Amino acid sequence: MAENNRTDSFADALKALDAYIASLPSADGKLIPILHEAQKLIGYLPPEALRHIAGRLGVPVSRVYGVVTFYSFFKTKPKGKYAISVCMGTACFVRGADAILAELKKSLGIEVGETTPDGLFSLDAVRCVGACGLAPLVTVNGKIFGRLKPEDLEGLLDEYRDGGNDA
Amino acid sequence: MINLTINNMPITAAEGTTILDAAKLANVNIPTLCHMNFHDINMINQSANCRVCMVEVEGARTLAPACATAVTEGMVIHTNSPRAVNARRAIVELILSDHPKDCLVCEKNLKCELQALAATLNIKEFTPEGKRKSHPKDISNYSLIRDPEKCILCRRCETMCNVVQTVGVYSAINRGFETVIGTAFDAPISETECTYCGQCVSVCPTGALVKADNTREVWKALNDPEKLVVVQTAPAVRVALGELFGLKPGARVTGKMIAALRRLGFDYVMDTNFAADLTVMEEAAELLQRIENSGRFPMLTSCCPAWINFIEFQFPELLDIPSTCRSPHEMFGVVAKTYFAERVGVRPEDMTVVSVMPCLAKKYELHRPELEHHDFANVDYVITTTELAEMIKEAAISFGSLPDEAFDSLMGESSGAAAIFGSTGGVIEATVRTAYERYTNKKLDKIEFSQLRGMEGLREASVDFSGTRLNIAIAHGLGNTRRLLEDIRDGKSEYHAIEIMACPGGCIGGGGQPSYPGKIAGILKKRQLALYEEDAENPIRCAHENKEVLKLYEEFLGEPFGEKAHKLLHTRYFDRSRAL
Repeated sequence: MAENNRTDSFADALKALDAYIASLPSADGKLIPILHEAQKLIGYLPPEALRHIAGRLGVPVSRVYGVVTFYSFFKTKPKGKYAISVCMGTACFVRGADAILAELKKSLGIEVGETTPDGLFSLDAVRCVGACGLAPLVTVNGKIFGRLKPEDLEGLLDEYRDGGNDA
Repeated sequence: MINLTINNMPITAAEGTTILDAAKLANVNIPTLCHMNFHDINMINQSANCRVCMVEVEGARTLAPACATAVTEGMVIHTNSPRAVNARRAIVELILSDHPKDCLVCEKNLKCELQALAATLNIKEFTPEGKRKSHPKDISNYSLIRDPEKCILCRRCETMCNVVQTVGVYSAINRGFETVIGTAFDAPISETECTYCGQCVSVCPTGALVKADNTREVWKALNDPEKLVVVQTAPAVRVALGELFGLKPGARVTGKMIAALRRLGFDYVMDTNFAADLTVMEEAAELLQRIENSGRFPMLTSCCPAWINFIEFQFPELLDIPSTCRSPHEMFGVVAKTYFAERVGVRPEDMTVVSVMPCLAKKYELHRPELEHHDFANVDYVITTTELAEMIKEAAISFGSLPDEAFDSLMGESSGAAAIFGSTGGVIEATVRTAYERYTNKKLDKIEFSQLRGMEGLREASVDFSGTRLNIAIAHGLGNTRRLLEDIRDGKSEYHAIEIMACPGGCIGGGGQPSYPGKIAGILKKRQLALYEEDAENPIRCAHENKEVLKLYEEFLGEPFGEKAHKLLHTRYFDRSRAL
């Protein structure tokens, strides 16, 4: 997942991003791939990154922000150490994904798209992850936990809180 | 040519014509909402967002948006079939379901395109009732108010701000029901690169973008017996105000406007045109000084505060090229609170100066700290042309039956050169008239420079100053301005003087003027023509022939561009590109 490519310092990330932009034959119409790369490098898309990209492409920063807020994949807030994604695909949904999501919101005290104040967990709702046989499922930093029931979740979170499930 | 049928009438239209325009040829009216055709500057908002103009095309599975569908050979179109009419009504009903119902107290009451459309479509009840979006109002700045709850996502403001003005403040943020036309990072307007040109307000069909209202403060000053209230009126106001009292676009109402201002209770009714002549004196002197000292070229005019915001945000490396002249109404303010206050024996702090302007940026400009003198602002309030009309109506003054009156003296006289300040090309023509006569010591044979006139977005001309050629360019609209500035930055510009106005057409198309967003055909040209008539009918045609201005220099200021003039009438600019 994104973590593997995360660069330590923001300045290094921007340098790497500039190198990526320079490697493109033309940056015209490449805003979305550039945003993908930026999120891969930084982990999320902070305002400074969007300003940097707008400056490089010569487009208003409002437009870049508009694109970022349009696509749910792009994150404007840092993800937690453990990024939880609840699959809301059809199979998961009919098998009770909404109850899973509600339980996670309740026990983490955050909404979808938010990160806990201690920076440990972030919560997202995603489309089908392609493991419908395990529905309903969540992924934590890409690792799949399937056939969940709401009452399983507290235990799962505790394992991460204790660092026990650290991959 | 393409042959088609609209509502059983055969029509012939040129290839590429939209159904909407073809229907006009047959006198068939198709309701629209987001569509806008800004004829005078060739700008079209054709985003086909609102779907109000849906029509039925025989053989087509779906209805077609008339504003964005080109006609094809043999097309059979029904604009008023039950299917088209029902779709149209359903769309407006859905928009209304997510729209506040406070029309009676809305700034746009009776001026709202959505309100008018609901009436046209004979909508008599609010069905369906649905979820309502919730967003805070943005009252962060002095010029305009943004209320996203009244926004219908037509995107005219976005087209205006991004395509025409290239300022780029607005974008659609989020998606689906959460969509809002907002700013980067949802920042308040005051923290963006907004120039306050107000063109977004001019084109907004609803109350989502409206001017900031200062009429309450002006009424308060008028009703304060301790205050001497002086009013000045910009050149563009007198050729647009009449439109708000049922007169034709371009009607010249200077005399009635003065009479109305007296009846509102202003103690002195004087003229920004006087200060425009003063600006010409300063700007011509500055231009001649740059010519004589081989100074920095091109010199850019600086009357327009929105354009000054634009250069401060977007081209900070060019801040040494605009003229240092303050805008005319600011010159008026400082002269009123010094020279005039002295002459009438009033302390400046007991004087209130009100500017009636076609402009929203000037509401912001008066708060710029570097324009203060003795720690108070030189202009206390700016009200727009539309606000003045509102005050006249509020006071139940019958505008049409007012007599024609004249401006008060000391700061009321003006030349024809000042009148044309309100139009694109006017400031530079006025400056050239005076600079020419000062430089060559000759009278102009022909006072009118027709090569500087017109409505094209970018114009250029060369004027012969007895052997010295002066290359002049004119831009109106900030997108056109950007092109000129990029050339200057890249060292590709060979102009000596450039006039820039932020709004299409210049001040006559300002954000504070009466607006006709859905049906702007030739309005700007009519107002422009009226200003050239004002000029032609004035016995004084050049600023340096204005006796009150000459007297002001003689008794108070000294030399144009001299030390005192510099202190009071000139300003400086700031790099604001990093402040964001």
